[in-house]
Amino acid sequence: MPDTLALIANAAGKLTREGLRATGRGGTALPGLVALTVDPNFIGALAAELEHGVACVSGTNGKTTTARMLADISRTAGWDPIHNRSGSNLDRGVAAALLADTSWSAEPRGNFGLFEIDEASLPSAVGRLQPRVVVVTNLFRDQMDRYFELDTLAKKIGDALAGLPADTKLVLNADDPLVANLALRRDANTIFFGVDDPDVGGVIPQSISDATRCPRCKGPLKYSRVVLAHVGDWSCPSCGLARPARDVSATKVVLEPSGSEIVLAGTVGNVFESVRVPIPGLYNAYNALAALAAARALDLGLAEAIRALANFRPAFGRLETIEYKGRTLRLVLVKNPAGFNAAIGALLETGRKPRLLAALSDRDADGRDVSWIWDADFEALAPSVEHAVITGLRGRDLALRFKYAGLANERMEVVEEWSAAIDRAVTLAPEGGEVVLLATYTAMQSLRAVLARAGAAVPFWED
Amino acid sequence: MDLRIAHLYPDLMNIYGDRGNVIALAQRAKWRGIAAEVRSYSVGEWADPEWPDVWFFGGGQDQGQDIVGADLAGKNGAALRKSVEDGAAIFSVCGGYQLLGHEYVPETGPSIPGVGILDVTTRAGKKRFVGNLLADSPDGQLIGFENHSGRTYLGSKAKPLGTVLAGNGNNGEDKTEGAVQGKVIGCYLHGSCLPKNPWVADRLLAWALGRRHEVVKLDPLDDADEQAARVQASEVARTRT
Repeated sequence: MPDTLALIANAAGKLTREGLRATGRGGTALPGLVALTVDPNFIGALAAELEHGVACVSGTNGKTTTARMLADISRTAGWDPIHNRSGSNLDRGVAAALLADTSWSAEPRGNFGLFEIDEASLPSAVGRLQPRVVVVTNLFRDQMDRYFELDTLAKKIGDALAGLPADTKLVLNADDPLVANLALRRDANTIFFGVDDPDVGGVIPQSISDATRCPRCKGPLKYSRVVLAHVGDWSCPSCGLARPARDVSATKVVLEPSGSEIVLAGTVGNVFESVRVPIPGLYNAYNALAALAAARALDLGLAEAIRALANFRPAFGRLETIEYKGRTLRLVLVKNPAGFNAAIGALLETGRKPRLLAALSDRDADGRDVSWIWDADFEALAPSVEHAVITGLRGRDLALRFKYAGLANERMEVVEEWSAAIDRAVTLAPEGGEVVLLATYTAMQSLRAVLARAGAAVPFWED
Repeated sequence: MDLRIAHLYPDLMNIYGDRGNVIALAQRAKWRGIAAEVRSYSVGEWADPEWPDVWFFGGGQDQGQDIVGADLAGKNGAALRKSVEDGAAIFSVCGGYQLLGHEYVPETGPSIPGVGILDVTTRAGKKRFVGNLLADSPDGQLIGFENHSGRTYLGSKAKPLGTVLAGNGNNGEDKTEGAVQGKVIGCYLHGSCLPKNPWVADRLLAWALGRRHEVVKLDPLDDADEQAARVQASEVARTRT
């Protein structure tokens, strides 16, 4: 039973939630904020009541998708997750998810806490939530106006993880030296995942890297295979630190336009069927491996986990499709260079010449600094682009990026207003054709809102 | 005519999209029919320090900056000074700008010596300056995004690149942004800087090409897209920063 303060916080948060709903304003952060104001340890107090404990999923890219995969897997196992599915991943988002799934007397209506956690909030969140399992997908440069330097962030996360009880299990990407190094100060209870297919490497040149130096001794790292940015088969010739042995390893990844097929190494348990990941892109194969490794850390059956993955549906802006005026709009959320490169890698693997609707904004949730587009590999994308309609609060910066990447003037145009931009992109695409919508977070929200108002069947998105 | 661009420590000093400056220099040369080649110069012995016409030196993480600082304290720092004496240009941003100065004075501990090419000194500050940065100069406005905690102060030999209109600039006190000394420029403008401030890019190109060629007159380019991006970004700096 949570203590009195948590009970009051729960009631205050729920009252706020009901009040907002009654006035037709759902889905804000306010109820969570109210509960946390009453009891700063609200999320910890409620999480402690959950029978199957808590799993936290963090990292720069892939945390929403990985957490959703893990939610599906846990449900297949008969668990009932309380999950901040919309990707609202600060403390208040976790609090809001708990408020939505508890009774007035603060009894949880689920038995497993599954929380996507913003990487900068991870150090404080793990202290409060005392999770059984912590998953870190990868660490790339992202929104430097908010997170600042990656090394500093990695160190803070490492410190927080080192302070967790010894029985907390870490699930870490072995192929990312910054992530793998998070386990350095722990003896056991780490499950590493990674890709061991020698044929897997980006189809685009990897021109950005966040970890050219060894996270332990600062010597230059050596790569025998680079998958994406600094992710790959790495080792440090100076101090001998190297990619740790993979507990969940893909020996083969077959990428197809509609998804991928993963063959797991024989050591991953008695699983002889391949894993079907129904969303495209190598990065989603990584997300699937992270979810499977997390399932193993939670002692869930792998065979069931694989079946749950096969029925997975993508989240907001993560390769979902919308039919509109006889065209298919494929939505791709982009927010940092590594995510962008992964997304365009998946796009180029299909061999098609994409028609783009590209939108760049600079609100807080997008990152106020748009410099990151210059680290993204537009040079790999530009030669394949059939046409690009460009919009967003900083669409002019995006147009400049395309211009300097060599996209011909007649293949692009800037349309300042959201609905005009959508109409123009759709008009240019042939009937039955596809438009790939690349957008930052708030730009994606605006474009989706316009599409919904225009009568497109926009899939329900819980906020 | 050809242009030789050196990218300094691209593996260590490469945050905040600064490599867009190298792309801008190369493309603006190519669009004028000038062949451009980019070479990397990183830690260790430099094969050919006499080669570059223009050096680009971007910002890095603290870890990268420590390694680079140590590397420049040796032969490579001397080679860079010699290159500038022999007529090469440098464009530097943030960490690169600070390392070209006399020294960086941290909050505690000994100061870290710089290359001393720019007559500037940087001291650690408590509050980080993060936001859009708009500056004015007799030659045109400057627009970018700053993200630094160092406070840079200019000596008498370095002239400010611009006067701050919005944001903090060099130190948040004297309204100056960046420094110019001979053919060397330092600034706190990410964004990337040169694509959105093409007049700075063209000035660097003229300086760089002048090292091995007769007086260079650059053909004008159609900068309508650059201008549109400047206007949009400047509006954000004025109204939302």
